[in-house]
Formats: sequence, C-alpha cells, structure tokens
Amino acid sequence: MKPMPSILKVLNWLTGAVFAVALYLVFFYAPREAVMGEVQRVFYFHVAAGWVGALAFLITAIAGGIVLARGDHRWDRVALVSVEIGVVFTLINIVSGAIWARPIWNTWWTWDPRLTTATIMELIYIAYLMLRQGIEDPDRRARFGAVYGIVGFISVPLTFLSIRIFRTIHPVVIGNNDPTAEGTFDMTPKMQTAFFFSLITFTFVYATLLWHRLRLQDFKEYIEERKMQALNT
Amino acid sequence: MTSAESMVIEQTGRFGQLRNYLRAVGAVVWKDLRAEYRSRELLGSMLVFAMLVILIFNFALELDIRTRETVASGVLWVTFAFAGTLGLNRSMGVEKDRGCLDGLLLAPVDRSAIYFGKMLGNLIFMTIVEAIVLPTFSVLYNLNLINPGLILVVILGSIGYSAVGTLLSSMAVQARTRDILLPILLFPVSIPLLLAAVKASNGFLQSFEMTEIMPWLNILLVYDVIFIAVAFMLFDFVVEE
Repeated sequence: MKPMPSILKVLNWLTGAVFAVALYLVFFYAPREAVMGEVQRVFYFHVAAGWVGALAFLITAIAGGIVLARGDHRWDRVALVSVEIGVVFTLINIVSGAIWARPIWNTWWTWDPRLTTATIMELIYIAYLMLRQGIEDPDRRARFGAVYGIVGFISVPLTFLSIRIFRTIHPVVIGNNDPTAEGTFDMTPKMQTAFFFSLITFTFVYATLLWHRLRLQDFKEYIEERKMQALNT
Repeated sequence: MTSAESMVIEQTGRFGQLRNYLRAVGAVVWKDLRAEYRSRELLGSMLVFAMLVILIFNFALELDIRTRETVASGVLWVTFAFAGTLGLNRSMGVEKDRGCLDGLLLAPVDRSAIYFGKMLGNLIFMTIVEAIVLPTFSVLYNLNLINPGLILVVILGSIGYSAVGTLLSSMAVQARTRDILLPILLFPVSIPLLLAAVKASNGFLQSFEMTEIMPWLNILLVYDVIFIAVAFMLFDFVVEE
C-alpha cells in the first residue's frame, strides 16, 4: 500500500475546513429568506450538489474521449470513479430538491424539465455502471464505458431541451427569470456569498473524493493482480 | 486506414470509393434481408409482440372514443420502441452467436460500412413492422393514422432509434447480461427522441397548427443527425478486438 501523498493530506484538511465554513455561511451568515423561511437554506447545497453531478459526468465524457483517442487505461479509472461520485451527488440534488419542493410547491415531485432531466441523467449513469458490471475484459470495459459515457452526455442537453418546450415552474435564480416559476427569489449579497462558497466547497469535496476513490481503485487492481499471481503459482 | 485502402482495388477515384462503400453497405443489408427471408424469425416475433402490446394497452387504458385520440400516439410509440428493442437485440445477437460478426469484421471494408448496413437493416425491419401496425391500429380503433405528417414522424423517429439502437446493441450483445442490458442502455438515451416523436405524432393526429409541431420535428431531425454522426465515429471502438 502506497502512503497517502502529502498534498492529499493537505487537501483532506482543507476540504474539511472549507466545509465547516460553508455550513456556517449557510446556516448563520446567510439571512433568512422572507417568504420561504428556513427551508430556502436547502438551496445552497442543492445547487452545489447538482453542479458536482454535472461536472462529474462532464469529466467522465472527457476521460472517455481520452481513453478512445489514446487507449490509456488510467483515464478509464477516472471515468468510472467520476460516474460513481456523480450518481451520488445527483441523488443528493434530487432528494434535497424534493425536500424543498414539499413546502414551496406543495408536492414532493412534479414532472418539470429540470427534475425529469436530472432523473433521466441519473438513470443513464446507473445504466453505465450496469454496462461495466457485465463485461469482464478490462480493455473492452474501458472502450464500452467511454462510448456510453459520451453518448449519454450528449443526450442529456437534448432531453432538457425537449422537455423545456413545455412550460417550467422551476425557479431560475441566476440569469433570466421566468415569470411562471414558483418559489423564486432575489439573492442578497450575503446569500450570494454563501451560494458561491457552497459551489467552491462542493468542488473541493468532489476533488477529494475523486482522489481517494482513485487510490482505492489502484489498491483493488493491485490486489486482483496478486490474487491472479497466487492462483497461477 | 488500411481497410479503406484495400477496398479501392476495384475502383479508384473519389467517386469509385464512394460506390465501393455503398456497395459494402448494400451487401450487409442484403445479407440481413435474405437471412430473414429464409428463416422468418425476426419479423414474425416483432409483429406478434407489437400486437400483444397494443392488446395490453387496450385493457390497461380502456381506450374508449374520447381518450383514443389523445393517447394513440403514446401507445404507438411505446409499441414501436418495445418491438424495436426486440429486433435490435436479435439482429446483433445472431451475429455474435455464430461468430458471424468476426467474419464481417474480417471483410476488407470500412467498419462504418458494417454499421450503416446493420443500421439500415434494423431500420427496414422496424419500418415493415410499423407499416403493418399502423393500418391495423387504424382499423381496430377506427382512427385514421395514414397521414403524411405522421408517416414522416414515424420515419424520422425510426431512423434515430435504429441509429442509437444499433450502436448500443452491438455493445450489449458483448456483455454477460446481454438480453436485459439493451433496454436499460437504450431507453434513457432515446427519451428525447421518443418524447419528440410522441408529441409530433399527437400534433398531426389532432391536426394542430404547424407552428406547434415544428419544434418537435426539429428535435427529431437534430437527434437523428447528431446520433448518426456520433455512432459513425464511435462504432469502430465497439467492434475492435
């Protein structure tokens, strides 16, 4: 077992510290939203988790492209690990959104474009993991994973676009606002600080998890190799 | 590419290359059609399956006169998607089972010609099933489905579905969980296509204004173009040994 690199140790502590600050900002620093009340605080980590999900799947598509172009298997590990993290964070995004939607929209769930797209994206990447499970040959697994990671990533914006043609009620907090959206609000400067800090925090969490999971994958493959050696002698 | 170069033995020049390429595509399609003509395995099961799906919907949704018009397009597309999955699985499955895929790959033609051949074969089978299901559906439910707009939607939808389906089924048949894997891989990726097809068909069936149908037709077209291009680029990596 290789010892943990010192940069990773620093990153661990840094992520922990940044996360503590983010919690403080979200729960104490950011003001209470006038109409929605305390439940609005879900928003900070809800958007951050969604951002990490999308980032993770983008990294998977890019890593897949590199695997296909160069045949480099280290990037296949990045693709797999990134999907695992992305699936978890997309689930956090969906569940936290439902918790917010219950008091604000008076329902846990509605077939809004963003909600539907997030769910379909989650299903695509669960299918990605199932595809990989069914293939033993590591080279083929890497290629198929890369192909599906790219195909899936391209279909997500199309899904969003096609559902968007219906009317949406999901609030758009950044950028142009749709007057039909329900539960929207304008961010005060303090809220903006908490919001952007949450985004940065979750990006740190993503990077740390990615690194740890990559190391774990290394160990896993090392053990598998030793097992094969032991069986062959 | 060496395989493309060796193909040029017969005819040279840009025009000759294209003709050889098309000839290779045609040969794969012809092989599939002839095998189907002799065995009659695929079309029969796709058709019976499609009829069964329609029958189940009849009882599940109580398709009475008022709801018929609004849900017909949804029922049709679910039927096409299910029957299409059956055909896609089978058409790549036979290639894998008897080692035919290896034989195809040994042929001195560009790999993408094999992809387009298989894709066109799947498209033809899907179209035949649709050509039989549409009039039957019209008779059974007393709806007129033979409408040029609807036929355009059906063709555009089937092109996209078989483009993605052929790529994904050639991956699925190489996995351990082959038969159950294809729908899991294909459905989430083809949702924009199915959604646009259902909405556009519904628009034509209920004779909406063209301005309401156009966005859906555009999505269908964009989907077809993007995924044919993506599959064309990625198919090489799927069949590589």
